[in-house]
Amino acid sequence: MIYVILFLEFFKIGLFAIGGGLVTVPFLFNLAEKYSWFTAKELADMIAISESTPGPLGVNMATYAGYHAAGIGGGIIATIGLVAPSVIVIILVANLLRKYSKNYKVQTVLGGIRPAVIALIMYAGLQIARLSVTNVLTVLLFAGFWAMIHFWKKSPIFYLCLAAAVGMVLKL
Amino acid sequence: MKQLLDLFGLFFKIGLFTFGGGYAMLPLLQDEICRRRGFCNEQELLDLYSIGQVTPGIISINVATFIGYRQAGIKGAVAATAGMVVPSLVIITLIAAVLQKYMHNRWLTYAFAGIRICVVALIADILLGLWKKGITNRLSMAIFLGAILLLLIFNLSAVWVVVLSAATALTVRKAWRK
Repeated sequence: MIYVILFLEFFKIGLFAIGGGLVTVPFLFNLAEKYSWFTAKELADMIAISESTPGPLGVNMATYAGYHAAGIGGGIIATIGLVAPSVIVIILVANLLRKYSKNYKVQTVLGGIRPAVIALIMYAGLQIARLSVTNVLTVLLFAGFWAMIHFWKKSPIFYLCLAAAVGMVLKL
Repeated sequence: MKQLLDLFGLFFKIGLFTFGGGYAMLPLLQDEICRRRGFCNEQELLDLYSIGQVTPGIISINVATFIGYRQAGIKGAVAATAGMVVPSLVIITLIAAVLQKYMHNRWLTYAFAGIRICVVALIADILLGLWKKGITNRLSMAIFLGAILLLLIFNLSAVWVVVLSAATALTVRKAWRK
């Protein structure tokens, strides 16, 4: 029974949380009030850990919250609930888009949103920079990473591993 | 079947190396999907983000589903999304079950401090490329400036930024056509 409730609650979050993973946080606080699955304090820990582990934030938090509510099965069910609306809605939208992609209005709308998405990407970068690029050393590291990325063009995975090693060596 | 496994593996790798939200995975997507595999060009990837931003669900999953669906239909959508969430499921379950006490380990903190700087550098590099392609005339420049100001000064939610920019583009084009 708890699996059904978990699935429905996270399906609802997937349907109404529009945007990045952090938008799921207020919904999770509601869950903490409504059920005794986890406390608000545990939720704060979950957010911190979800931010410092691989994987999209929203998915990490769903797995974490589901696990706290009902063990391994709970983690899986909550995650499936969270992503199910995406899969359904995106398939519908992709079909519509295929049909109307040549439409003048659709072209105008997509063209108008592109510069806004560039702003959103810049904003996301600034938010991470505010927490991580904070002194002379980290500014120099940023410049060094950027120069390597720009001129050397290896896979991002290479640089992420390198950065983890650099962080540990320099005790950032 | 091989194509589905390939999609699953690709997004498994992306899920494993995405630290943060959906925008942090953009450098990986651009490298794997645009540069290496040629599934779509950078402009199309931006459009997928626009759609992922305003449709229900978290962006990273929306974009993964979209790319999977375009490559191999409904099965592809499911394979890509499954690939994206499996690393989270495994890692988070392990942490919640046994590793929670190690999460405050200082070496892990150092590693993540380094990773965050690198994510900022990866995003900065992508922005340079997108800027050249995306900001090409006065209208796109105006929309970009309006959007970044609304985000930075008024903390406007991303959904509204996207909706407003779409409305602006429609209104201005309509006025120009007259």
